[in-house]
Amino acid sequence: MSYQGKKNIPKITSDRLLIKGGRIVNDDQSFHADIYMEDGLIKQIGDNLIVPGGVKTIEANGKMVIPGGIDIHTHFQMPYRGTTTVDDFSQGSKAALAGGTTMIVDHVIPEPGTSLMEAYDQWRQWADEKACCDYSLHVDITHWNDSVKQEVDNLIKEKGVNTFQVYMAYKDYYQMTNSELYEVFTFLAERGGIVQVHAENGEIIAEEQARMLQMGITGPEGHVLSRPEELEAEAVFRAVTIASQTNCPLYVTRVMSKSAADIISQARKKGNVVFGEPITASLGTDGTHYWSKNWAKAASFVTSPPLSPDPTTPDYLHTLLASGDLSVTGSAHCTFSVAQKAIGKDDFTQIPEGVNGVEERMVLIWDKAVTTGKMDENMFVAVTSTNAAKILNLYPRKGRIAVGSDADLVIWDTDSIRTITAKTHNSAAEYNIFEGMELRGAPLVVICQGKIVLEDGNLHATSGVGRFIPCSPFPDFAYKRVKARKQLAVLRAVPRGMYDGPVSEFSMSRGGTPSASARTSPTKQPVRNLHQSGFSLAGPPTPDDIPIRPAGRRIVVPPGGRSNITSLS
Amino acid sequence: MSGYQGKKNIPRITSDRLLIKGAKIVNDDQSFLADIYMEDGVIKQIGDNLIVPGGVKIIEAHGRMVMPGGIDVHTRFQMPDRGMVAADDFYQGTRAALAGGTTMIIDHVVPEPGVSLVAAFKQWREWADSKSCCDYSLHVDITDWNKGTQEEMETLVKDHGVNSFLVYLAYKDVFQLSDSQIYEVFSVIRDLGAIAQVHAENGDIIAEEQRRILELGITGPEGHVLSRPEEVEAEAVNRSVTIANQTNCPLYITKVMSKSAADVIALARKKGAVVYGEPISASLGTDGTHYWSKNWAKAAAFVTSPPLSPDPTTPDYLSSLLSCGDLQVTGSAHCTFQTSQRAVGKDNFTMMPEGTNGTEERMSLIWDKCVVTGKMDENQFVAVTSTNAAKIFNLYPRKGRIAVGSDADLLLWDPDITKIISAKSHNLAVEYNIFEGTEVRGGPLVVISQGKIVLEEGKLHTMEGCGRYVSRKPFPDHVYKRIKARSRLTELRGVPRGQYDGPVCEVTVTPKVMSTVSSVKTSPVKQQQQQQQQQQQFTTHQPVRNLHQSGFSLSGAQIDDNVPRRTTQRIVAPPGGKANITSLG
Repeated sequence: MSYQGKKNIPKITSDRLLIKGGRIVNDDQSFHADIYMEDGLIKQIGDNLIVPGGVKTIEANGKMVIPGGIDIHTHFQMPYRGTTTVDDFSQGSKAALAGGTTMIVDHVIPEPGTSLMEAYDQWRQWADEKACCDYSLHVDITHWNDSVKQEVDNLIKEKGVNTFQVYMAYKDYYQMTNSELYEVFTFLAERGGIVQVHAENGEIIAEEQARMLQMGITGPEGHVLSRPEELEAEAVFRAVTIASQTNCPLYVTRVMSKSAADIISQARKKGNVVFGEPITASLGTDGTHYWSKNWAKAASFVTSPPLSPDPTTPDYLHTLLASGDLSVTGSAHCTFSVAQKAIGKDDFTQIPEGVNGVEERMVLIWDKAVTTGKMDENMFVAVTSTNAAKILNLYPRKGRIAVGSDADLVIWDTDSIRTITAKTHNSAAEYNIFEGMELRGAPLVVICQGKIVLEDGNLHATSGVGRFIPCSPFPDFAYKRVKARKQLAVLRAVPRGMYDGPVSEFSMSRGGTPSASARTSPTKQPVRNLHQSGFSLAGPPTPDDIPIRPAGRRIVVPPGGRSNITSLS
Repeated sequence: MSGYQGKKNIPRITSDRLLIKGAKIVNDDQSFLADIYMEDGVIKQIGDNLIVPGGVKIIEAHGRMVMPGGIDVHTRFQMPDRGMVAADDFYQGTRAALAGGTTMIIDHVVPEPGVSLVAAFKQWREWADSKSCCDYSLHVDITDWNKGTQEEMETLVKDHGVNSFLVYLAYKDVFQLSDSQIYEVFSVIRDLGAIAQVHAENGDIIAEEQRRILELGITGPEGHVLSRPEEVEAEAVNRSVTIANQTNCPLYITKVMSKSAADVIALARKKGAVVYGEPISASLGTDGTHYWSKNWAKAAAFVTSPPLSPDPTTPDYLSSLLSCGDLQVTGSAHCTFQTSQRAVGKDNFTMMPEGTNGTEERMSLIWDKCVVTGKMDENQFVAVTSTNAAKIFNLYPRKGRIAVGSDADLLLWDPDITKIISAKSHNLAVEYNIFEGTEVRGGPLVVISQGKIVLEEGKLHTMEGCGRYVSRKPFPDHVYKRIKARSRLTELRGVPRGQYDGPVCEVTVTPKVMSTVSSVKTSPVKQQQQQQQQQQQFTTHQPVRNLHQSGFSLSGAQIDDNVPRRTTQRIVAPPGGKANITSLG
């Protein structure tokens, strides 16, 4: 037995747990076996395990045992103009556990102009104090300069962050220009990070918002009218282009519409390394509620990109999730009280954005995708847990039931039926956007860090036990392909003699500004030594000199002809 | 016959009377045999056994095809670039056009950023009026967006017969406009009833790529194409389609150079967008493999933006889309520079003046690639080389059709001529022809422009300065019928609700910046809007709700008619529930 208890997790060292008679469901296969856990780790899997006496035993009776869910997108305790979202890390992670999610990944959002590192420390402090389950952090890059670059580098190397989000929306606030995006993508591709994008065209949104307000539309319906799904799709397309150009893996957060999802599928078909994340809200409900006459209800649906008013959207996104075109699911859980939402009662652009979903995520996908036969239980595990773990480079510690993995498990009851309502949910928000939905499937027992946190419908979560799980760069899941492509994507110039014919006079300088910004681009003009180069390159090219062209392009007959430098054949 | 009077304002050609006998008239909808009689530059009669005055010059067509003269929708003759001028001026350029069967060109006015559009337009008029050998019209490029630009656009549309404006998504820090600016330009264009043209390439990414390529030590023409991959073109096309949809503005993509860009257009059209794509002679006739030529001067001759795609299957693909109607018009983007002018960029590809030839070769190339191969018939050929352009730019049926009353711009087309394109024999001023050595079948036998024979027996009889400026009216039916119908439907309404009167959270920090104004100095539209907004705020106060009066009239069963929704979206059961304003039900 080479498994030693981790001494740095004192609170759970004494926990020994045996699940008997469960059907283990991983993303690749399902099989019957017992699971023995100790010290928060899975120690043995098999039949007739030899375990110490006095171990607490759970009889699974053939029920499914799945890896605990990973909610890859939450905004707990997010500061907003002096207030904070109503679900803090304690409340939020409790809700997560109640829904079968045993790990969350929260977004650190530094105010533009402030230090990323300080914001990260702040979030760590909040989460360490309160989180009831393990967590990791994404860091949002809300402005870009050399010192941010340095901080990003440190976060990757020392702080266990491998995902960074950039915004294409929120003009004059979080929004980045295309050039900045290019630089961020290039930088992260070098360092092995994953770029997440909030994909919406902020410039057009700003124009549309002005138009709506001018027309006198001030209610929540203005939110969705000013953010049509085309703008989401456009931004996704642009992000894919820049990512492909910089050979950087791309992760699109909050896929809310059919058109955005279509762009992602198309890009994947063309070979782009891109992952799409639909969220609980887009998978479970639609944007028709923005027209509700109850302002408070309509406002509770406000999130960006908005829910699509097309009611066929959830079904469509489930289909793409089942087919693998969309890869992971999050909740983007970011809840505000009605009073907070009411900041924007006279102007929809002022409504704080965010919806609930951390608790409902697993159940909702089970009901909409597995019970309907769109996906099987293995795919369910993949999209709720395993794929997220792979992208974050936490696999197989998280996202799999295997010896040596963390003991984050859920015994899943496929027969349970319950109705979602704000009266019984574990979030502090007054509204639940899934109010009244009847869903099949639910977690029966939730085990987090080797401890039972949900049993018989009772939640036993402890604030502050959640550990920060560092993520390392260059996750294989994304970077194996990127690395291979990098090797092929070397560009070389055509060896030619110098042009020595007549040169026209030209006056004004125009066009061809090769550098994005002086401070970030030390462009050096390649200096050529005329004496050295001479005309040694003239005459028929040797085989080695065959002009190089971009990899992956079909060029049948590489042209070029004679290297007759100046003649005008 | 009494209705047809000779136009007195075209004195030079009033005496021209011409009869074509035994022609197979090819329009975009049908072909039929008839004679054509022209007088004073206008087609007067079509039919058999026409009664014509004596002494008329007769051309025997012997059953050959007679089709409307080509319209080259995109030329840049005599274009200034950093003190240099494109090698083919309006004389040389229109001569070449006529030699290839094109009897009308539409040139681009490119005002330097900061220069008045009207002033630039007048400058171009002056150049063209003194030199052009065929009728012409002008697009105006919007290279800068500020307060005065909108007014100038209005002037151009109303007083100068311009109905198309081009914006650049590329050429960062020179011509490039931001998304917000483009949104505003498109809104203005739609209100004026003009066509929005875009040069579609993502200038931001290109600038970054250029820097990277130069850093790698790649300075030759291959750097041009490496720094402008076709994805970047497709991205910009997609973005402009999005903005055009958003503003309900008709869109016209100039220079479709790659398969991916063409695909985006085809897809957008399937979704119902009003968008037109213009492949050019270069993208239909050759590919970007030549950028790797060891002959610098040759490689440089192919430099144009967006660049020719290095994928050699591109021309074939584009001609297929042209044949099936996904792409509609063809131009040449003719903008030629001498090798010595190109050599300005001999050490840095980003300095090279851009542009390729193609105005002379356009018609023959398309005939050879599309009609000879059976992709399209002669009628579709007329559509893509002439009629569609006339329709989009509101010249139809004066141009682009053989009909009584139309201009006498005709071709006698010989499908059997074969010709090898070469710089030695072309009508251009440049040393290189990018189609050098291409053998094409089909060419004009006789070209008639303004009722006069300008090409006969291989000889050009052009007259410098006889080209007239053809003014174009706004709101072309071909484009705007759909736009108008849509703008009637896209009215948006707010939801009538009682005012929220529950608790409101105190906000301490500065408001989340949701600046709805792009930038004060550059956005005239916005300013107006702002002013209006302010006025509104002064006049119409916040809707004060009298609780006693309104009561709960909104609660209870909803009358569905009152529920506003977006017309184009399928919303099955608009929810909403009770209009219980404050309860947290």
